[in-house]
Amino acid sequence: MGVYEALQIIVPSAIFFAAPLIFTALGGVFSERSGVVNIGLEGLMVIGAFTSVVFNLTFADRFGELTPWLSLLVAMVVGAIFSLLHAVASITFRADQVVSGVAINFLAIGLSLFLVKKMYGKGQTDQIQVGFDKMDIPVLSHIPVIGPLFFANGYIPSYIAIALAFIVWYILFKTPFGLRLRAVGEHPMAADTMGINVTKMRYIAVMISGALGGIGGGVYATIISRDFSHATISGHGFMALAAMIFGKWHPLGAMGAALFFGVAQSLSIVGQAIPFLKNVPTVYLLIAPYVLTILALAGFIGRADAPKALGTPYVKGKR
Amino acid sequence: MSSNRVTNFLVPVFAVLLGMIAGSIVMLVSGYDPIAGYSALVYGAFGDSYYIGETIRQATPYILAGLAVAFAFRTGLFNIGVEGQLIVGWLAAVWVGVSFDLPKIIHLPLAILAAAAAGALWAFIPGFLKARFKVHEVIITIMMNYIALHVTNAVIRSVLSDKGFKSAKIHDSASLQSEFLQSITDYSTLHYGIIVALIGAVVMWFLLEKTTKGYELRAVGFNQHASQYAGMNVPSNIILAMVISGAFAGVAGAMEGLGTFGNISVKAGFTGVGFDGIAVALLGSNNAFGIILSAFLFGALKVGALEMPSSADVPTELVDIVIALIIFFVASSYLIRLLLSRFQKEGK
Repeated sequence: MGVYEALQIIVPSAIFFAAPLIFTALGGVFSERSGVVNIGLEGLMVIGAFTSVVFNLTFADRFGELTPWLSLLVAMVVGAIFSLLHAVASITFRADQVVSGVAINFLAIGLSLFLVKKMYGKGQTDQIQVGFDKMDIPVLSHIPVIGPLFFANGYIPSYIAIALAFIVWYILFKTPFGLRLRAVGEHPMAADTMGINVTKMRYIAVMISGALGGIGGGVYATIISRDFSHATISGHGFMALAAMIFGKWHPLGAMGAALFFGVAQSLSIVGQAIPFLKNVPTVYLLIAPYVLTILALAGFIGRADAPKALGTPYVKGKR
Repeated sequence: MSSNRVTNFLVPVFAVLLGMIAGSIVMLVSGYDPIAGYSALVYGAFGDSYYIGETIRQATPYILAGLAVAFAFRTGLFNIGVEGQLIVGWLAAVWVGVSFDLPKIIHLPLAILAAAAAGALWAFIPGFLKARFKVHEVIITIMMNYIALHVTNAVIRSVLSDKGFKSAKIHDSASLQSEFLQSITDYSTLHYGIIVALIGAVVMWFLLEKTTKGYELRAVGFNQHASQYAGMNVPSNIILAMVISGAFAGVAGAMEGLGTFGNISVKAGFTGVGFDGIAVALLGSNNAFGIILSAFLFGALKVGALEMPSSADVPTELVDIVIALIIFFVASSYLIRLLLSRFQKEGK
């Protein structure tokens, strides 16, 4: 098998696996740039996966082809509402943000499995019938060599995820809103002095992370797992968190890292078909994202600084 | 201040009450009977000697996991990696239990020590990175959890079994199981691990409160700069705190490996015990005695929950919701303190 054939297996499936991570990691960028640690990304993905599958199963007959899109929309809204819990606890009640995030993860999995058992009388849902179709992007897929690799036989949400990373970059670094958001995460008191409402900005940032985490979970459930059970989201939220850190809290970096983790994930699944990788035990590929994140954090892959006010609640008037 | 002390005691009590109330609201909204639900829970945890045995057995790893989290907390660290350290401890204990043939007096302590060493090693990495490179331990310990899960599964498949899904049973000489404890609890899975766990609690209390080293560890956690100025070696204390915390977590894994299961099998996901340890430590105010109490509470909740589907038709996950909400309310103790202080002012 030549290199090009191998790439033809790896690249599309890497993009396929990366899409949910990109959405969720971009959500993490918003939250952490505003100074709120969000360990709860995993839980937000669980909520998104759960709502999108339930919506899909319930309304597939009524909305037909539109169902997967609507289910992502619902996952987004429910994710944003669910993240309010984290916002209230960590911003208003000054809870330890890590603890509150842990609670979010627990609550999400407990609540969604409780409801699954209540609604379906068993531990997992049925498979969804209406998903996204694979498609080629009209003009770009005809580019020789890279066209078939990157723009053919993919799912629309994957392309949206990549486009979104550029949009988030623009919002964070080129708009007044982005400047305020970053100011709140770096030096909330200075931002407050300049008339920025720190509490409001942080609430908005956490809710955006909830919305994007919800979409991430929804995309995972609709495209990859196609049902919902306790094992549907197992560590993908933490992998998104890892991608965000690996990408140095930068939207494009986070996207790049997510794509890279997508490669690692796809290799552990399609690796058997590629001669070069056949003899590498899958465990190395499975732990690769986590090991790389540790190396990145230890400064072996370039130093990255977290937003300065990350993890500290802002108390007005306290120095 | 005595009123402060009362508040510190009331915060966890209120958190549990609020969690239970929220749980009954969830049951009401989803059309279940909360009274039937909670009575099934209480019966399933304490109803007869079998259930009591199961509750104590479940509390055993919770005590040790809680101690692990609390030890880190008290020394200014946040160890979310207890889950991973527990898994490698479980693996090490079973490995020693399977591959050696020794008299019990040597074999059992050796297996427990191996678990402690494995957990300590797993915690050394985040401790070292924190001390040397100032990397936040939360993220590293989360990543270490996943590495532990995958590596352990690979070891079980390739070393401890022939591409199978579980290891062989450990030798009797390494087992914590007890015919006596089982017979007095109507043949529950209760084992001697509870004694190990209680000793662990005493060790943590003694280490932190009564020794110079414990004072140093707490001082470094409280204020690194002041400790350094006072001549303490900050990096080595950070590493030591993390390593001790990991050792507790590893022993928690040994309780599962040598006591409850007697082997280790490939895991699709985490055991959850290490994460519940965070809840146990928070609710127990990071204090050895408080942790024993809260470990029993969570043990009772988890074991009692198993009775809920059959006699009250409530899914067991209700208890996970209640536990999550309890963590939430403990974390938001600012809210509870605020309410309590309002209350006290009005009372005057």
